[in-house]
Amino acid sequence: MAMLDIINLRTHFPSPDGLVKAVDAVDLQIEKRERLGLIGETGCGKTVLGMSIIRLLQPSTRVLGRIIYKGRDLLALEEEEMRLLRGKEIAMILQNPTTSLNPVLKVGDQIAEVLQLHMGLDKKQAKTKAVQMLVATMIPEASKRADQYPHELSGGMKERVMIAMGLAGQPSFVIADEPTKGLDAGTKSEIVRLIRDMTTDRSMLMITHDLAAAGEICDRIAVMYAGELLEEASAETILSEPCHPYTQGFIHSLPAQGLQPIPGSSPSLIDPPQGCRFHPRCPKVMDICKKEHPSMIKLEKGHLARCFLCA
Amino acid sequence: MRLIEVLDLKKYYASGLINKEYTKAVDGVSFHIEPGETLGLVGESGCGKTTVGRLLLRLIEPTSGSIFFDGTDLTKLDRGDMRAVRPRMQMIFQDPESSLNPRMRIGESIAEPFRLGLRGKISRSEMREKVLELVDIVGLNPEHVNRFPYQLSGGQNQRVVLARILAVNPEFIVADEPTASLDVSVQAQILRLMMDLKREFGLTMLFISHDMEVMRHMSDRIAVMEKGKIVNILDNKSYSTAGVAPNPVSI
Repeated sequence: MAMLDIINLRTHFPSPDGLVKAVDAVDLQIEKRERLGLIGETGCGKTVLGMSIIRLLQPSTRVLGRIIYKGRDLLALEEEEMRLLRGKEIAMILQNPTTSLNPVLKVGDQIAEVLQLHMGLDKKQAKTKAVQMLVATMIPEASKRADQYPHELSGGMKERVMIAMGLAGQPSFVIADEPTKGLDAGTKSEIVRLIRDMTTDRSMLMITHDLAAAGEICDRIAVMYAGELLEEASAETILSEPCHPYTQGFIHSLPAQGLQPIPGSSPSLIDPPQGCRFHPRCPKVMDICKKEHPSMIKLEKGHLARCFLCA
Repeated sequence: MRLIEVLDLKKYYASGLINKEYTKAVDGVSFHIEPGETLGLVGESGCGKTTVGRLLLRLIEPTSGSIFFDGTDLTKLDRGDMRAVRPRMQMIFQDPESSLNPRMRIGESIAEPFRLGLRGKISRSEMREKVLELVDIVGLNPEHVNRFPYQLSGGQNQRVVLARILAVNPEFIVADEPTASLDVSVQAQILRLMMDLKREFGLTMLFISHDMEVMRHMSDRIAVMEKGKIVNILDNKSYSTAGVAPNPVSI
């Protein structure tokens, strides 16, 4: 049995223009010690999927379906039970460290807070441990950095602090949201290596639009588009033999792979296109794609794709 | 004739009152750009590449050095003369949302350069026609004209920024990581658009980025910056054939 089993997850937000179906009928499994990359464009619902798992969405959000974690349905837990899991069992490395860190607290204290809450350490022990966590993230002069405020650190250092915070409670499942966003090439490859090394014995959902980073870290990759999953396979298969035209287009738009854009833009999540959601932008569109919504088709072992062409 | 010639350009920032310490953001940089050429400026964050871009347009004042634009030393110009040169040099920034006035409709934003530059010399209907022409050139639809920046995506807003720039008919553009805040797929769209515009309007460009792969698509030559200094200038063609093998999807 999978460590995390997401069954028919639907996360919808009421809005003045209608219901925004940010996550729409997603099924996804993550095994113990498996690292899954969730790839997609801005606004495809990938962050909302992560937030649904750790239950950090606003109360007005409708979250339907089941999220079975180690045999328990997270969506059925009381808020107090969820609070005990959050940060301890399941942790999230939030995107955008500049706005996610508290600007008026020293970063060491922010990490220590997690340790006091979840590891039962007293203030002094927590502080020592926080510095050790920073050392583990290879931050230069860790004890000095622990006494600094977020604005005194560079983007790469702040990302390291976020990683230290996320892993402070020794969670068995980590959700990392865009951990390499906004970093320059050198820092990015250091952070990728760091995440890879620090999550070897954990399960992880890594949300990103950086396919290269996902390829370095993850065992499997799932591709999300307009609220649903379009393709899922081993990282190797997704990078070398993707079947879905969207995945292919996504790869070809990378600067190293030809810089060939996918025409058009992502559809509305209130009123997504009929039939296949990608059909208005698809270079291989057929008549059937405009009428029928394709279901996830099983190809070879572990390779799933939502496309009539892949059948 | 070189369009841009930069000689020993320096920008130091002082901190402290008595024992002043200097941060050498740009420390003696020299390069030139031919007409119609794109020079890439690559380097890690904090190496001073953005500062160079801003110095070139005199958005900030250099500590020393000269910047020749079409034979004129910009550092010697007074405010009035600089103002006359400004329309010929434009800049495109990282974050399109903060480059646009949030309270102006897209159409007004694109019309603004005409309003300022051709004060009274252009009728309303002519202006509207010009705006729609630009909207078309950058790949937006006429319906976008009445929207506000928050109603458009990042990629669409960056198209608006490009339309505003083209409105003043510039010769030289500094592009400072214009796709850093965009997705890969939208990045490809915007970069392709910039390549087309460059060809169509014969633009000269300084393209700032930390992404070497993007550089290879956008630049004729690539200047590598480290700690305020240019350490190397590579010819893009020789660079790509010199055997840095295209690495399939890796960092």
